[in-house]
Amino acid sequence: MTTARNWLLDDSPASKLQANMGNAYRMLLQLLRNPLAVVGALILLMLILAALFAPWIAPQNPLGQNLDARLLHPSAAHWMGTDELGRDIFSRVIYGARITLMIVALVAIIAAPLGLLIGAISGYFGGWIDKVLMGVTDVFLSMPKLILALAFVAALGPGIENAIIAIAITSWPAYARIARAETLTFRNSEFISAMRLLGASHGRIITRHVLPLCTSSMIVRVTLDMAGIILTAAGLGFLGLGAQPPLPEWGAMISRGRAFILDQWWVATMPGFAIILVSLGFCFLGDGLRDVLDPKQGGKS
Amino acid sequence: MTTPLLELENLTVSFPTPKGRVEVVKGLSFTLGRERLGIVGESGSGKSMTGRAILRLVRSPGRQQADVMRFDGIDLQSQSERQMRHLRGARISMIMQDPKFSLNPVMTVGAQIAEALLTHERLGRRDVKARVLEMLESVRINDPERVIDLYPHEVSGGMGQRIMIAMMLIPRPDLLIADEPTSALDVSVQAQVLDLIDELVRDHGMGLILISHDLNLVARYCDRILVMHAGQVVESCDAADLHKASHPYTQGLLAAVPKMEETRDELPVLDRSAWSGT
Amino acid sequence: MSAITLKNLDISYGHTKVVTGVNIDVAEGESFALVGESGSGKSTVLKAIAGLAPDWTGEISVLGQPRGHKVDRAFAGQCQMVFQDPYASLHPRKTVDGVLSEPLMIHGLGNRSTRVVDMLQAVGLDTRFRFRFPHQLSGGQRQRVAIARALMLEPKVMLLDEPTSALDVSVQAEILNLLKRLRREQGLTYLMVTHNLPVVSFMCDRMAVMNKGRVVEIAPSRALHDGSFTDPYTQALYAASGGNPDRKEAP
Repeated sequence: MTTARNWLLDDSPASKLQANMGNAYRMLLQLLRNPLAVVGALILLMLILAALFAPWIAPQNPLGQNLDARLLHPSAAHWMGTDELGRDIFSRVIYGARITLMIVALVAIIAAPLGLLIGAISGYFGGWIDKVLMGVTDVFLSMPKLILALAFVAALGPGIENAIIAIAITSWPAYARIARAETLTFRNSEFISAMRLLGASHGRIITRHVLPLCTSSMIVRVTLDMAGIILTAAGLGFLGLGAQPPLPEWGAMISRGRAFILDQWWVATMPGFAIILVSLGFCFLGDGLRDVLDPKQGGKS
Repeated sequence: MTTPLLELENLTVSFPTPKGRVEVVKGLSFTLGRERLGIVGESGSGKSMTGRAILRLVRSPGRQQADVMRFDGIDLQSQSERQMRHLRGARISMIMQDPKFSLNPVMTVGAQIAEALLTHERLGRRDVKARVLEMLESVRINDPERVIDLYPHEVSGGMGQRIMIAMMLIPRPDLLIADEPTSALDVSVQAQVLDLIDELVRDHGMGLILISHDLNLVARYCDRILVMHAGQVVESCDAADLHKASHPYTQGLLAAVPKMEETRDELPVLDRSAWSGT
Repeated sequence: MSAITLKNLDISYGHTKVVTGVNIDVAEGESFALVGESGSGKSTVLKAIAGLAPDWTGEISVLGQPRGHKVDRAFAGQCQMVFQDPYASLHPRKTVDGVLSEPLMIHGLGNRSTRVVDMLQAVGLDTRFRFRFPHQLSGGQRQRVAIARALMLEPKVMLLDEPTSALDVSVQAEILNLLKRLRREQGLTYLMVTHNLPVVSFMCDRMAVMNKGRVVEIAPSRALHDGSFTDPYTQALYAASGGNPDRKEAP
């Protein structure tokens, strides 16, 4: 084990692979020194494991109705009680993790690269390209997420796929703004000038030099945004526009539990706890990542 | 025998790094009277940290520790943070390198100098203004009435540094620490600013610690010189005796600087293995 | 043949003219200094030659070829630049190997690994630096990498923008020696911008002094030995830099 560690921490790497892995390892070590970040990472690990191994972890069928066991208190048999159709809430929360994970992953995959590219191009070229792209970005940025999502699903019909697309469309402008701001800080830097002098084309500079520098702040921002995305999806679910019954999406579960909130509080609050826990996890991890990835800290020695 | 202005014995400043605690100043000792002392070193030598340590400005996670750190008989290490605040500015002042970064960009020049004064003295508005104008004149700024309403970005580098000097000397301190006061300035302005510091230090009978990487500059403006390398003092001599320096590092530094009448084909390079340098 | 010719060069940034009427001729193989204080326009002249300051009028030609106003791929093989700040001139996320391979990849040159290793050796860095990142290098080492990068395409003309002013004294000596040696070995032409007269004395054959965007004097660097300058600004600069103008009256 120590030889692997020595290889990774070697001051004079012998290959590009060793250098990159060593760098990643150092960042990992730094991240692990932050207790909150570790907590966040563990929470997310639980989310992923719950999603992956749901069929083995969940004690009961999340969709199985049992009208004799309606609205039972949390107990040894049902850790989080049952809902109005007798379904085990704990199992539904576990299966709901899959949906949550899918939502955040898809939104991140769609919105982040799109925003990154638009922002980087905008910041790099400046001039009218910047004005046009930022104008478009501002149009999208000025639309409230939930309202646009509502409009979208109203047009295309409710469903989790449309909810995801709607959220992605409202998320990318923020990433474009960040990527542009980041690009502007080093756009006139000497290393970019050096590349231009060496004859590199704009495309090459953007893809190989600008984008890699924007990715750290992008990763941090996306992670921190996850909480908001989950809440937006939950909000849509709450309004009945996201995941449709009987899918165990956490927001939809809260919505259904509203009717029983006073007497059978667990139906709404259990999925609520799950949302809070996962959002916190993303926030802690995002903060930790920011401390590790912030280029200003790693820049000058 | 008069009390020396500053007595330092075995000063250590250390910082944590991933590889363990590193000492950036190792066991530094010197005494300073009302004279001009130059501390010379390259980056990483610990010279700037020394200046900050005297003012107890080393921030956690850095740690400073000394056997003796006395200013005019006052034990600096036993002072509370509040007591240190009374000393800073009023009795020990520091000028830093770049006025672009050391002046507050959103306050006018006059307001900043007035603040420096009001932190330590209670004066009426008219008295404050009079003192500020008087101070600006003493740093050779020609139309102080106009300058007090300017913002830092509206003045040149040389003038900004003079404003910094005015700000730091208006409370009439006993000791001035100048940390690379002219490194960010053009060559023609450097001499003016240093002459000004020199004159003010002499007129007020202050002690001066001039920290710089430029050996020749320090030799011109100081009485004594300390050469630092990797946190330690490697040479201590009178400025006039600099060319007789005995330590190989000092000799190496002196030889490595190109001269105005340069005839050498190659500059001698410091052989760092000649002593236990990094 | 002239390596760099500047005729009636005026450079503007937006509405302000920062350089006026510059006429300079740098011969091939010569080391020429552009001296001045901040705001004199000296760095702007270099940028215009490189194509990084497009708003100029007049004539610029390098190695007989007139320069356009933009950056030019063919030009990259003729003339390269070393920048002032070693901390900003290398991409923070690329290894030294990556930085040095890039110019070869852009121009489709093969044999990359050998060339990178050879160049590292030529600038005095051994192979243990090859896969380090810039934050693992000292200022002097970064500047060596920047010099190596500039030389990868084997240019004949090098534009040096205050290459050592951000470095410590002892490191400056090493870099200046390196630059001098490389020039001798490869027959390069240097146009060096600096505010430091002793560096000019060591490195350069001739110098042009700039003040507020104009060239006020062109003199051989030997003039630094006795202060025999004709322009009053140059004389003042010489005196302020610690030059002894009385020397020329000494027997």
